[in-house]
Amino acid sequence: MAIDESYLAQGPSADEPKENTESRVDKSKPPSVWRRFGLQMGIGVVGFLIWLLFLFSAPTVFTQPAIYLAFASTTPLFLIIALALTFVIIMGEIDLSFPAVMALSMVSFTWVFQSGGYLGVAVLAAVVTGALAGAFNGYLVAKMGIPAVVITIGTSFLFRGLELAAMSGSGFPLTDEGLDPLRQILVGRIPGGIPMQFVWVMVIAVLLWFLLNRTRFGSHVFLIGDNSTSAELMGVSVLRTKIGVFMLVGVMAAIAGLIASFEVSYFWPTLGEGTLLNTIAAVFVGGTSPFGGAGSVFGTLIGGFIIGALNAGIVSAGINAFWTQAVFGLVIILSLILQVIIQKRVRS
Amino acid sequence: MTDTDVTVPVIELKNVSKTFGEVKSLQNIDFHLDPGEIVGLLGDNGAGKSTLIKTIMGYHAPDSGGEIYFKGSKLTDWSVHKAREIGIETVYQERALCEQQSIWRNMFMGRERRNKLGLLDVGGMRKEAARLMTEHMGFTSNAVHPENSVLTMSGGEKQGVAIARALHFQAEVVILDEPTMGLSLSETKKTLNFIRSIKDHGKSAIFIDHNIFHVYPVVDRIVILDRGTIAANVVKNEISIENLMDGLQSVARTGSWSA
Repeated sequence: MAIDESYLAQGPSADEPKENTESRVDKSKPPSVWRRFGLQMGIGVVGFLIWLLFLFSAPTVFTQPAIYLAFASTTPLFLIIALALTFVIIMGEIDLSFPAVMALSMVSFTWVFQSGGYLGVAVLAAVVTGALAGAFNGYLVAKMGIPAVVITIGTSFLFRGLELAAMSGSGFPLTDEGLDPLRQILVGRIPGGIPMQFVWVMVIAVLLWFLLNRTRFGSHVFLIGDNSTSAELMGVSVLRTKIGVFMLVGVMAAIAGLIASFEVSYFWPTLGEGTLLNTIAAVFVGGTSPFGGAGSVFGTLIGGFIIGALNAGIVSAGINAFWTQAVFGLVIILSLILQVIIQKRVRS
Repeated sequence: MTDTDVTVPVIELKNVSKTFGEVKSLQNIDFHLDPGEIVGLLGDNGAGKSTLIKTIMGYHAPDSGGEIYFKGSKLTDWSVHKAREIGIETVYQERALCEQQSIWRNMFMGRERRNKLGLLDVGGMRKEAARLMTEHMGFTSNAVHPENSVLTMSGGEKQGVAIARALHFQAEVVILDEPTMGLSLSETKKTLNFIRSIKDHGKSAIFIDHNIFHVYPVVDRIVILDRGTIAANVVKNEISIENLMDGLQSVARTGSWSA
C-alpha cells in the first residue's frame, strides 16, 4: 500500500517531529498500556507519594486508623459530586452551582419531612429538586447556548437565594428520632467503623463508571466533549445529553447535601459553601481534560482522595490550616499545566 | 430521464428553501434521486451544496413550504437520527470525526450497538470496526487496531473511517461531500471505486466535488447549483466533459447554463 510505504520511507528525522511521531505509532497494535492508562497510573503514583510524604512528616498520625476513618467520612461529601462533575467537564462544560443545589434540595427534604411525609418521599423530593435545578442549568447552557461558567454563577445565586428565603436564613435540626433510620443508611457506621458515606461513594463510582463507559449516554458525553458538531452531524442529541449530564450533577448534589447534613445532624443554610474548590480540584487532579473529550471516573475517585488527604494531611502535618486553600489552588494549577503538556505531546 | 419516470425516487425535495437570517442559502429547490442512481452535485463555493445535503440529512430543517420525500412518503419531524435510521448515510466534508476518541467509537457514533442488557457491546463494536477497516478500506495486512484514536491517523485513513462508517450501516443512500479533498492519488482512486461499488449494490449516491474529472466518470446525472438555485440538470451520457466544463464556466460568469 502506497500510504504505508510512504511512512516507512520517511524514517526518523529530527527536522520533522510530526512525521516522526506518526511513523513511530504502530497503528496495527492497540495503544500501549502506558498511552491508555498512563495518566491514571501517574495520578496513582502522585497519590502514593503524597501519602509517603505525610507518613514521614507525621508518622504517629498516619500509622493509626483514626485519620483514615476521618478521611473516609469527609471525602465523600464532595467526591460524590466530583464523580458526576467529571461528566460535565468531559463534555467541555462546567457547573459552579452545585453547592447551592445541595442546600436547595435540603429545603425540599425538610418541607416534606415537617409536613409529616414519609422519609422516602422526603429523600425523593430532595433528589427531584436537584434534578430539576440541574435540568434548568442544562437547558440554559444547551438550548440557549449561554456559556456554562457564566450562567451557573447566575443560577448559583438564584438557588442559594431561594434557599435562604425559604428557610428565612435559619437552619433545621435533624435530631428527630424519626430520622434515625435514614441517618443509619446515609452516615451510619458499618463494622470496622467505616462510615456509610464511604460505601455510598464507592457504589456511586461503580455505577457512574458503567454509565460513562458502557452506555450510549456515556459515549455521547465523550463525543460531544471532543467535537460537538461532529456528534450532532452523526445524529447524537447534544441537547438531551447535556441536560442529562447537568441533571446528574444536580442529583448527586442532592445526595451529597443529605449526607453532609446528616453527618452533622443539622441543615445549615450555608450548606455546600467550601465544597466548590475541593470538588473541581478532585476532577482536574484526576486527569479529566479541561479541553473536553477525555477523563475518567477512576481518575476522579483517586483525585478526590488525594484532595481529601491533602486536607487532613496539611493540618496533621502541623502546617497552618490557612495554607490549605493556597495548596489546593496550586494543585489545581499544576494539574492543569500537566494536562496541557500532555495534550501538546499527543497532538504533535 | 424519461426512463426513470415510472420509478419512485429514493429522495425527492419539493420547493425546498433554507434561510439563515438574511441569507437565502437555498431557494425553491426541486431535486430527486432515483434508486441505483449516482448524482454529481457541482457548484462554486457558497452555492449551497453543503446546506442542501445537511437539509436532506435532517441537520437543517427546511423553511416552511418545503417538502422532503423518502421513497414516496413525506417526512415530518425530520432529524439526523431518523435519516440514518431510514438508511441515509453521509460522508461529510469535515469528516465528522471525534479525533481524540477511538476508531470504534467514531465508527459507531450516534448508532452505538447495545447488548440485551442495554449496555454497550464494546467487544462487538471493536471487532466489527477492525473487520471493516481491513476488508473494505484496504488497510491490508497492517490492520488498524480499533482502539487507536483517530488523532494518530493520516488524512486518507481518517477518510477511510468516515467511509467505512457509511458502509457499515448498509445505507440505501450515501451522500459524499468532497470525499477526495486532501487525499493522495491512490486514496482518491480507492474512494472513486467505492462510489462505483455503491451503484453495483443497487444503492444510490449523491457525490459532491469540485473536481469534475473525479465526478464525471462515476455519475449518471449532474446537477449544478448556483447561488442557492439549480442552474442545470443534465444526464451524463448526453454531454461531453468539454461541454460540461463550458457550461460550468458559463454558470460561473453569467449565472445561467449554456452548453
